[in-house]
Amino acid sequence: MVYAQRLAEWMTNAPQIEEDMALGNIALDLLGQARALYPHVGTLDGTGRSEDDFAMQRDEREWRNVHLVEQERGDFADEMARLLWFSARQVELHARLADSADPVVAAVAAKALKEVRYHLDHASLWVVRLGDGTEESRRRMQVALERVTPYLAELFDDDAAVAAADAGVGVLPSSLRDAVRRRIEAVVAEATLELPEASTWHARGGRSGIHSRPMGYLLAEMQHIARSHPGATW
Amino acid sequence: MAEAISGVPDPEVPVISIADLGILRAVEVDEQAHAVTVTITPTYSGCPAMEAIASRIAFEAGRLGYSADVVTQLSPPWTTDWMTDDGRAALQRFGIAPPGPAQAGERHGPVALQLTRRLVACPRCGSTDTTEIAHFGSTACKALRRCDACLEPFDEFKAL
Repeated sequence: MVYAQRLAEWMTNAPQIEEDMALGNIALDLLGQARALYPHVGTLDGTGRSEDDFAMQRDEREWRNVHLVEQERGDFADEMARLLWFSARQVELHARLADSADPVVAAVAAKALKEVRYHLDHASLWVVRLGDGTEESRRRMQVALERVTPYLAELFDDDAAVAAADAGVGVLPSSLRDAVRRRIEAVVAEATLELPEASTWHARGGRSGIHSRPMGYLLAEMQHIARSHPGATW
Repeated sequence: MAEAISGVPDPEVPVISIADLGILRAVEVDEQAHAVTVTITPTYSGCPAMEAIASRIAFEAGRLGYSADVVTQLSPPWTTDWMTDDGRAALQRFGIAPPGPAQAGERHGPVALQLTRRLVACPRCGSTDTTEIAHFGSTACKALRRCDACLEPFDEFKAL
């Protein structure tokens, strides 16, 4: 949901109109995946919350997304670096969740898997094109890979996921790390770039509701109409 | 009833019906209660047309004096392989290249650079000398290509 909101910001801002369409379509897939899961969570936790309740009425501390997806939009290379890592992780995650003990999670994952493979394809093509491109595009793609590095450890952090994994519903994020890294290494090599060393500082806490400065601004923009006009329909 | 519902057009590609697109999964008519339960599945998770399709189904059922319950089912996930031959022919006539066979798993390994080398025939002149110009087209289910023989751009329905 949060990354869908960030990606949607590219509409009218991407370097080509085709990229407006591409990033808008990717955002729509991610939004659809979230919409399919929210009512299920509302059923499981007994609150009966709807998809709108989850998307529009949750305060910052109630959001469980990683810091990577809430960071402000950088340049196009930054977005491709973020999309590359995020979709590589989603491919591995959904491939495993397709066998989840929870039938709704399994159904959403089996469908999402086809979509995120295409997202990864798209990001890979751009990283290769920019990395193995002009001097300027190569420099900026390399910088972008370095900028996302502090946000990667959290993608594979097990803290909040152990119970779900134990129940056979979820998977341990740490178990995805090697497979995701192999995918990234192949793309970065093809792009003739260097994969940066792990950073000393890591973003942490998103999974337990502790977010970074951009999150509040993102929610304010995303939620303000629903909150200003409670119960409005159209 | 089944005929009326099968004929509901896709709102974004109106030349193809929901039955020919393969997203209509079941129609169960209860003659006693004058009610019909229709099961549909989205092409893509975020497909914005689902609500329009559901309300059109309810409208068509209502015209025959039935109430409609539209159920969205995600599993098994939709594939373009469910598209009928009639549906493919309709797309072709409309200028959209129909999808090729969907392949299980990943098509090209970790670095996918061969997408543009797949053979897709131009719906206008039939040449397979075509190039992908954008991964994503005007809707989630289409990509944009150009024919290098007749130079016309055209939509391709992506195999999924």
